[in-house]
Amino acid sequence: MAGDRITKALLFISSLTILLLSAGIILSLAGGAVPAFKEYGIGFITSTKWNPTAGSEEYGAMSFIAGTVITSILALIICIPMAFSTSLFIAEYYRGTRTAGILRSLVDLLAGIPSIVYGFWGFYALRPLLVSTGLTDQGFGIFTASLVLAIMIVPYATSLSAEIISMVPSELKEAAYSLGATRREVIFHVVIPSARSGIIASFILALGRALGETMAVTMLIGNANIMPRGLFAPGNTMASVIANQFGEADGLKMSALIAIGLLLFLITALVNALGKMIIKRFA
Amino acid sequence: MKKELSDNIGRRNRANGWFRSLVIAGSVITIIPIFLIVGNLAVKGYRQINLAFFTEPAPDTFQAMMAASSGEIIPGGIANGLTGSLLMVLMASLIAVPLGLMTGIYIYENSTRRYAAFIRSLTEILQGVPSIILGIIAYLWIVKNITRGYSALAGSVSLTIMMLPLIIRSTEETMRMIPVTIREAAFALGTPYYKMIYKILIPVSFSGLATGILLALSRILGETAPLMLTALGSPAISLDITRPVSAVPLLIWDFYNDPNMVNLVWSASLFLMAFVLSMNLLARSVASKHKYI
Repeated sequence: MAGDRITKALLFISSLTILLLSAGIILSLAGGAVPAFKEYGIGFITSTKWNPTAGSEEYGAMSFIAGTVITSILALIICIPMAFSTSLFIAEYYRGTRTAGILRSLVDLLAGIPSIVYGFWGFYALRPLLVSTGLTDQGFGIFTASLVLAIMIVPYATSLSAEIISMVPSELKEAAYSLGATRREVIFHVVIPSARSGIIASFILALGRALGETMAVTMLIGNANIMPRGLFAPGNTMASVIANQFGEADGLKMSALIAIGLLLFLITALVNALGKMIIKRFA
Repeated sequence: MKKELSDNIGRRNRANGWFRSLVIAGSVITIIPIFLIVGNLAVKGYRQINLAFFTEPAPDTFQAMMAASSGEIIPGGIANGLTGSLLMVLMASLIAVPLGLMTGIYIYENSTRRYAAFIRSLTEILQGVPSIILGIIAYLWIVKNITRGYSALAGSVSLTIMMLPLIIRSTEETMRMIPVTIREAAFALGTPYYKMIYKILIPVSFSGLATGILLALSRILGETAPLMLTALGSPAISLDITRPVSAVPLLIWDFYNDPNMVNLVWSASLFLMAFVLSMNLLARSVASKHKYI
């Protein structure tokens, strides 16, 4: 029938756009990155220099790779206890209750707040708080950025962890209870071991989120194009250097920024693929 | 012997109690930020929100400085951002919604084929791409080659690429919840394939699809980073898609970089957050009210 053929063709053609889009994104990023890699070779990745002065231009990605990895991992470390206890609250202790539902909605709301609002709030509300602790003069830096990042990724880690914890068969838990185990023992000896890979995957996927986060980090990290020297020192991430410098860039600098974009794309794709792989094996 | 045992159970019970308190404390700490953020923005932001806030474009820094120094509220508002946001989000949805729905249906209908599984994996990768990279892409494709300058079109292209995987995934997941029996019943009555899709698959999953679209909209409405590289921002209200436009998040960024405008940032942030969160809540209430049959 004509209608059938047209519908099937339409559906197939729209699926092709995804193929074209993905190929286009990779080719455009790779093409744009060529001049930078031609100029500096593979050393572009390992160099920590960033000097846009005309005549003595030199670009390297390592300070930003380090900034991205350090802020994201620190954010993950801060996020783990929060997301872990929240998911146990929702999927184990108060499973199916109204309280758990409210907590879940509140955590979901955290995911709805735009990145720039987090950045602005971090700047005006959180930063002064950190300055008053005396640990940092200005309040900008790796730690401030990581703290806000941690709040931003909690909902992603929580919702997946909670789902996986709630999938642990109740027969297993009941068997442990019938042997006289306390709830804590059931959690540590039954729930966590059988949900381990899924929980790990949820944190890996949350890490993938943190790696690409731009605005909040840009507003809080201090934007210093150097290797970060400490937890409270300023730095820059791959996403935030692009956000800061892309507008006024051309020529080699633009290519260097696109190359950083390509590297960021590869790192996030790799981390996400790892998380998805673990999840698939778990399910 | 008996004493040992009772000691032991005492210790285990105490550990049990401690761990439970730890879990509750951790959960409370996790949700404190949401109250802090909402409270902070509401207290500091409500004063600037009036009719002019929605009908007038952003003030220049001199006007803002004069107002701030005499203790008045800053004149002007976010009208240029509102129109720009609406323009770009509307254009992005016009392309991403139909395309995403069709691709999602394609993946669902052909889920046993390797090609469909491959497309699904590509969609998952696209969903994980940081939004700033989509800004670079729209810059390379549109700003450099088509509009030869920053433009609303480039902004909406970056938002379209962002929205597409969200719609595809939610469509496919919604479709998967429809009982197979409904499809089979339709086919048994001799319904042609395309009618089954338009008259059964889509209407039955409508609330799920609407939820997915609303959630995707609430995601791209707050997006800033890709727009910085594409739409750039504009001080005046503009509806020309080949020229730079502003957007609410872009205005927040501009205000943030101008110390005279601090009060306006609180209000603009409050408005953006309230708008995005209510869209989020609307999506969730649609989802919970209309459970799939």
